[in-house]
Amino acid sequence: MHKPMALRKPFWTPGVLVMVAFMVAGAVAILARFTGGIGYVANLSTARPWGLWVGVDVATGVALAAGGFTTAAVAHIFGRHAYEPVTRPALLTAVLGYTFVVLGLIVDIGRSWAIWKPMFNWNTNSVLFEVAMCVMCYLNVLYLEFFPIVAEQFKGNVNLPGPLALLNGLVDDILHIGDAIIDKIMWALIILGVVLSCMHQSSLGSLMLIAPTKLHPLWYTPILPPLLFLTSAFAVGYPMVVFETTIATSSFKLDSEMNILTPLTRITIFLLGFYMVLKIGDMAVRGTWIYLLDGTAQSNAFVAELVLGVILPWLMLLSSQIRASRKGLFIAATLIVAGVVLNRINVFIVGFKPPLSDPGYFPSIGEMMVTFGLIATLMFIYKIAVTYLPVLQASQEVSR
Amino acid sequence: MQLSRRHFFKIMGVATATATVAPAAADTWQSKSPPDPFGCLVDLTRCVGCRKCEEACAEVNHLPTPERAACQCTIFEKKRRPDDKAYTVVNRYFTGTVDENDTPVPTFAKVQCMHCQDPACVSACIVGALTKDETGAVRYNVDKCIGCRYCMVACPFEIPAYEYFDPVTPRVMKCTFCYDRISKDGGLPGCATICPTEALTFGKRNTLLNMAQKRLTQNPGKYIDHIYGEKEAGGTSWLYISAVPFETVNLPVLPDKPMPKLSENIQHSLFSYLWSPIALFSLLGAIMFGTHKAQKPKETPSQKGGRNA
Repeated sequence: MHKPMALRKPFWTPGVLVMVAFMVAGAVAILARFTGGIGYVANLSTARPWGLWVGVDVATGVALAAGGFTTAAVAHIFGRHAYEPVTRPALLTAVLGYTFVVLGLIVDIGRSWAIWKPMFNWNTNSVLFEVAMCVMCYLNVLYLEFFPIVAEQFKGNVNLPGPLALLNGLVDDILHIGDAIIDKIMWALIILGVVLSCMHQSSLGSLMLIAPTKLHPLWYTPILPPLLFLTSAFAVGYPMVVFETTIATSSFKLDSEMNILTPLTRITIFLLGFYMVLKIGDMAVRGTWIYLLDGTAQSNAFVAELVLGVILPWLMLLSSQIRASRKGLFIAATLIVAGVVLNRINVFIVGFKPPLSDPGYFPSIGEMMVTFGLIATLMFIYKIAVTYLPVLQASQEVSR
Repeated sequence: MQLSRRHFFKIMGVATATATVAPAAADTWQSKSPPDPFGCLVDLTRCVGCRKCEEACAEVNHLPTPERAACQCTIFEKKRRPDDKAYTVVNRYFTGTVDENDTPVPTFAKVQCMHCQDPACVSACIVGALTKDETGAVRYNVDKCIGCRYCMVACPFEIPAYEYFDPVTPRVMKCTFCYDRISKDGGLPGCATICPTEALTFGKRNTLLNMAQKRLTQNPGKYIDHIYGEKEAGGTSWLYISAVPFETVNLPVLPDKPMPKLSENIQHSLFSYLWSPIALFSLLGAIMFGTHKAQKPKETPSQKGGRNA
């Protein structure tokens, strides 16, 4: 096993320039939102108060950051230390994912400057209140969990540019003291991260419980929504790690880490299988299968989500050849990730049909510019982080 | 469209029934509705579509004057909804009823916030900016609002509107039940003061329910036997009686169960006193302690930093 290291590879590649283009477009749309209002940029209405920003930037962002707590749980709580090499990139994804969930919220909520108000005005009846509190706490836990990685890189060699050099000593002290304190409480932070994740991952599924007449019955399930969202977050955690590790290792030309990813996805067979059983069982018990073939956009989206995003990749993972093949595993993982993305989009956008006054909804160009801009910025910072911080495993020089 | 929606509610009914049976043990939910609220009775058989209520509402609440206030013809060609510039609107519906000359008879229906007894918006609001007052009014406190618009997601009547074109200080806009007026002795909401045909009657909700029931029994055949708002979504302060089915004038078919009941039950049974997070924390802590104790003898000093990920 190798130590994680800063990559120190050339930063400005053509891919990075594409990211910058998206970031600029996103910045323009965000500027428009904060000068002309949400309505100037987005296709939202009275009947459709939530659109792409909530469905993708927030709900999907939270789901795809599940790799952070699921890898922390397996490696640190259940003591499977072999999986440690993937915990750091997964943690970085979670740190960035949740940061961008909050940035997405700042764009989406009407009074962005009032985002702190839920801390002092509690409504414990509100599902959204619980989600917000957990996300806020978890974001802080994630930053604390990430602190030692920064400390590891810069402890003892803080070298700030220009006049800031005066602060070198102070920053170094902060790194030393912070690292020492966090080392003592890391166990609690790790458990707390898992607990907070379980709480809000599940509660995101309860958000629509209050709107039984608006959400299509294929997704509106009165008892299971917290469990379906939680089990799908469990299921998508490791596939997301496979997805990003494969992309990172191939684009940075590192070891593929298949020796870790293959056994990791064996756990996914159980997690995804559990989600699949709940989802199909829920459909059978409530008799909603009658909608499956009625040809509406909702039914088709549900079938795609279930067949392509759950059943097919689950069958693929059953084969040990596919699990051992880098390409096969990547395809299966991508399908699972896409299935969960589609599920969140379905619950918050496609399946949401207010019966009285729905004007229909398709995200505007401006909404997409914001969403893609935020995703590009996230990837941009990911690249900065792995270039300068010890996150990824360095490649085995002998083998290359 | 109509047929599939009906189908939808049939399923919803079954679903709701299953849900109420299953977590019956955890069902400690109690209504937080005020005991003796005000209400307003809308008699659709009396409304002639003069739209004076729209005008009065705009004036009392300092909203823009309604579009073509004097016109009772072309404005009805499109179906309107309350929005950020109008708390109430009147629509015209032809429901198939004809008079003796075979001319279609219109039904006019005013729509505004129903001021639910147990409002979904109040339960959903992340900061408690929406509250149900003793008067029956569902009130909005802009000073707490963060603009998440979950109230709009939650409202089964699709009423709260948003100032989407205000970049910094947008507000949720909906009927206030003229709280400032009705909270004073003898005060009436703007719309109810002006109605020339007495289609709108303001009073205590219980009194209005009796009045509505009396009209239904004393005029057999005139009304359909249903007071809309008596039980819908757990009951609303605004009540409707009509000669035509309420679905045909765009009043939604809703379960009798208060909207917040299910989600509040689930939230409170999972999170009261934070019992489940504490239990999960303890369980995971025990597992972590166990695995680390088991692995300790094998662990070499170089692996110690592994936890820091």
